[in-house]
Amino acid sequence: MAELQHPLSEGWGRALVFVYGVFAVAATGRSAVQLGMEPDRALLAYSLSLLAAVIYLVATTCLLFGGTTGWRIAGIAVTVELLGVLSVGSLSYLATDLFPDRTVWSHFGQGYGFLPLVLPFAGLAWLRHTAPRAG
Amino acid sequence: MTVWLYGVVLAVALAAALLLVVDLVRDRAAQDSHFISLAVLDVVLLGQLIGGAVALARTERDVEGTVFVSYLVTVFLVPVIGAFFSLAERSRVGTTILLLAVATVAGLELRLWDIWGGRHG
Repeated sequence: MAELQHPLSEGWGRALVFVYGVFAVAATGRSAVQLGMEPDRALLAYSLSLLAAVIYLVATTCLLFGGTTGWRIAGIAVTVELLGVLSVGSLSYLATDLFPDRTVWSHFGQGYGFLPLVLPFAGLAWLRHTAPRAG
Repeated sequence: MTVWLYGVVLAVALAAALLLVVDLVRDRAAQDSHFISLAVLDVVLLGQLIGGAVALARTERDVEGTVFVSYLVTVFLVPVIGAFFSLAERSRVGTTILLLAVATVAGLELRLWDIWGGRHG
């Protein structure tokens, strides 16, 4: 397997791991509270909160442990994250009745200073920077 | 939870953030003065953790106790974890991580105020 051009969790990668870690905790906490208190109120929104939590946890773990496999899985996780924040963000404006309660990704992460929208781009840029050497 | 305690936390966080931003612009690596400012912030947050727990026990407001206490604990842990991350990067990345930690504290404080006020979601 080709080596990474730069270790995933060092340099700016460490700052990225920190922010992903914060969001992993935030999203996990949010979905735990939502599903623990009244899961039937907004099942779709709460399931998406849980999905976001899992994605952030996977991305954090992969960025932290690195390696070519970590890089690949992180790539999938960050791509799903980007699609998630874009689709849930749009839907939360267009189909408000689908979301009686908020998720991390609602309104493109407005409740979190729009960081959930910026984060996947930062993640993809970092993954591109560290990409394995060809051949 | 009293307003002044909340104000002290935000004031100390703002002072730390200013110091970090100035040194980041000057391309300085994470250094003692930064860690001291985060330590001061964390002492205030420890005070908030204790004060918040006492206030929760006494209040008759409709506050989600578990959520409130988990926020108090998390906000106390953030600067500690940030400092550990920063120690491994003695460059401006380390300074950036400390700034991110302080920003996280500020964000959590805003949520904490909402939770204390009984607003959820």
